[in-house]
Amino acid sequence: MSTEKITITVDGKKITVPSGVTILQAAESAGITIPTICFHEQLTPPGLCRQCVVEVEGARRLQPSCISSVREGMVVKTDSEKVRRVRRTNLEMLSAVTDLSESPEIVRQMKQLDADEERFAASPRGSLKDDNPFYIRDYTKCILCMRCVQVCSSDIQFSYALAAGGRGFDSRIATFYNKDLPDTTCVFCGNCIQVCPTGALKAKTEGNSTGVQHDEA
Amino acid sequence: MMKHEKTVRTTCPFCGVGCQLDLSIDQGRIVSVSAPENAAPNFGRLCAKGRFGTDYVHHPSRIRTPLIRKNLDSGKRTPVGMEGFREASWDEALDLAAERLSLAVKTQGADSIGTFCSAKATNEDTYIFQKFVRGILKTNNIDHCARLCHAASVAGLQKAIGSSAMSNAIAEMKNLDVFIVTGSNTTETHPVISTFLKEAVVKNGAKLIVIDPRKIELSGFAALHLQHRPGTDVAVYQAMANVVVTEELENRSFIDRRTENFEMYRKSLEGFTPELAESITGVKAVLIREAARMYAEAERAAVYWGMGISQSVHGTDNTLSIANLALLCGHLGKPGTGLNPLRGQNNVQGCSDSGGLPGIFPGYQSVADAEIQKKFEEKWNVTGLSKTAGLTVLEMSDAAGKGDIDTYLIMGENPMMSEPDLNTARKHFEQLKTIIIVDIFLNESGAYGDIILPAVPFAEKDGTFTNSDRRVQLIRKAVPSPGEAQTDWRIIQDLALRVEKKLGLPPSGGFAFQSASEVWDEMSGLVPAFGGISHQRIDREGGVHWPCPDPAHPGTPYLFADSFPRGRGLFTVLDCRLESERTSSAYPYLLSTGRVLYHWHGGTMTRRSVLDKIYPESVVEMNPLDAEAEGYEEGQRVSVSSRRGTIISRIKITERSPMGVVFMPIHFAESPVNELTKDLRDPEAKIPDFKQSAVRIAAAG
Repeated sequence: MSTEKITITVDGKKITVPSGVTILQAAESAGITIPTICFHEQLTPPGLCRQCVVEVEGARRLQPSCISSVREGMVVKTDSEKVRRVRRTNLEMLSAVTDLSESPEIVRQMKQLDADEERFAASPRGSLKDDNPFYIRDYTKCILCMRCVQVCSSDIQFSYALAAGGRGFDSRIATFYNKDLPDTTCVFCGNCIQVCPTGALKAKTEGNSTGVQHDEA
Repeated sequence: MMKHEKTVRTTCPFCGVGCQLDLSIDQGRIVSVSAPENAAPNFGRLCAKGRFGTDYVHHPSRIRTPLIRKNLDSGKRTPVGMEGFREASWDEALDLAAERLSLAVKTQGADSIGTFCSAKATNEDTYIFQKFVRGILKTNNIDHCARLCHAASVAGLQKAIGSSAMSNAIAEMKNLDVFIVTGSNTTETHPVISTFLKEAVVKNGAKLIVIDPRKIELSGFAALHLQHRPGTDVAVYQAMANVVVTEELENRSFIDRRTENFEMYRKSLEGFTPELAESITGVKAVLIREAARMYAEAERAAVYWGMGISQSVHGTDNTLSIANLALLCGHLGKPGTGLNPLRGQNNVQGCSDSGGLPGIFPGYQSVADAEIQKKFEEKWNVTGLSKTAGLTVLEMSDAAGKGDIDTYLIMGENPMMSEPDLNTARKHFEQLKTIIIVDIFLNESGAYGDIILPAVPFAEKDGTFTNSDRRVQLIRKAVPSPGEAQTDWRIIQDLALRVEKKLGLPPSGGFAFQSASEVWDEMSGLVPAFGGISHQRIDREGGVHWPCPDPAHPGTPYLFADSFPRGRGLFTVLDCRLESERTSSAYPYLLSTGRVLYHWHGGTMTRRSVLDKIYPESVVEMNPLDAEAEGYEEGQRVSVSSRRGTIISRIKITERSPMGVVFMPIHFAESPVNELTKDLRDPEAKIPDFKQSAVRIAAAG
């Protein structure tokens, strides 16, 4: 990051930040919170969920603030009606196909934007995978934020057991050849559970799932 | 995300990385574990053991009350299960233990008692334990599993630079340009550290040199892999040093300013060419040259090592050969450099720091030093502390075999799994008159015990662990203990009071602690390097790296910036000794032993965890070509025999093992690999040659 400072306008407020930071970081430094879902401090932002989009004056489309760098003189609106509509639609589509019962942050954002979870009639996709002693992968709760894949690959663990599979609506988190986790390079570090925002990945000892029982001594 | 009653920040009970954990607690049980993302040393990362393996805490076989052997003193000592014991009150069990210990002191002298403290217990547990052993029993026969682990790293580093701890912090791994990993299967033994090492390679472009006989996972990230024959480490490092000197790549100004004995050392390298080393190690000379240049020419370079270096009959020489190379290239005393033995247990650094060794009081202060002795006698309000260094782990076993020691006090150790040549070790164990055990489970050693005192694991007590990079961190009581189980240091404190009384000693008043924090404060008052560390400060800051002499001192993440504890770094002239057991036509394979990702040492904890489901039994890792030649199939049952014993296991075919070398894990009581190992000891460190035994393998029914 360079030491050069530039000035931009966010929601009518002039702020000076180091050049090279993202719009998300710049806004945060001025106390302006932009909602995010897939973004995670420790991971390379994938710019996938589009919940952090903002309006940039002169830009043809909304910009994902987590991966867009600031430019001198940039004028940004983080909470315009256009932005809010896109975020709301995003959430309504997510809720149509996902069980968000263990995603408190997403539920909060839906309330805030007055999103209608019935707007799109669809059925949940994905299924529950229980293939190892340690944790379940409940893909009915998965929003494809890719945090788990990033953790498993070159952001944290370098095990490369989880990967994206399928295309379009059939996109999913998969393993190579859809093998069960014990037959992959997975080392059960559970660092994917740590970053999962929706409870799709969960230790078996949590809640009412298949709970691990000790073998009797 | 689930809601829980409470979350408790604590330190992982497994390896020496010292990961910070957040335990989620419901109804007195740990229901899940996560890692704080803003806290050193792990910054949100965990491995399978820390994330899923703490469930051993709730295992139904936890010992809930004190136990006394039913057939006490009735002839030959045999191992028994819970049915061989009767429940007793704390009063009865502690009185009996105190009676036995004081009788031993009175009739045979204090040195007839051998004691084992624990690298799994807290610094506070260790401090009270050694205070009891030294101050009340008056023997220095106290040691722990560091003897079987990094003793040779300690001996070598003490000689070369005067300090044996890891010289640099885990957080500095991002500064690496070049690093050597040797004798460490880091992805399995220190998994979280391995993620930082991989990150240095993949993200920062650091160059990794793996020097290891096995094709470990990290070799897939390495620029160079020197796959030397087991036991030929010194030859590799000597030849690398020869290349550095021959090509004039040494750091002259560092050598002049910071070292001594360079000329002698330089001369000793003459003739130790990579070609000579190739004939000894099997590593191509060109690879040795390339590795030497890569390490020497780096701006910042570090070495990380594990048991492959230290668990050797010439482990001290192995360590010295690495230290020589680091001194030669000046890769010490700044971030991203250093000599870094990766400590195995959660508190093996701390147990040594807190005086769990035969020759030192807490803080590595010699028991033979009259002034130091006086300081401790005054503070402890006792007289007549022993000035003679006590016996090491294996020397105590020898003494038991000869009848010189007939009473053992063991806290959180499992010698009947961890000692080499178990067949002989067992015979020595059987001859003891009294065995007193302080532990959380009845393990393979407890089965031989007379009096079992139920202690508590990390999640049920307060205290501190000191991790591999000398960071003192807190553990916090998170769940209640089952039955009448009691904190280790409180058990020992109570025992000390009873022994003091039975021996007719004047009350010292030194066993009246009310909290772990008070125990720490007494120790930090006696150890200058801990002077600035208190539980309250760690609570505020998350952890403090010793040395930290006063409360205003920030702690010391990396050592030796200006000087070494011994003054100048010492070059040591080495012979290339090759004394390990050799293969023969009757025993054609070399057996190496070690840990696997999902288990922990003697298995007392992880065999009672969900971890056992993913890795439930022992294997023999064998090269595909060897397996083909022998006609073995994956999973086939085989017997593995050395000159000392035979165990049963299953073949696992893998290219990790080089031809002629097989590997077996140390964790399985059903296939106790130390039945096979040889009790051949490094003359200085007294560590056995665990990594090299000649074995034969045969199909088993």
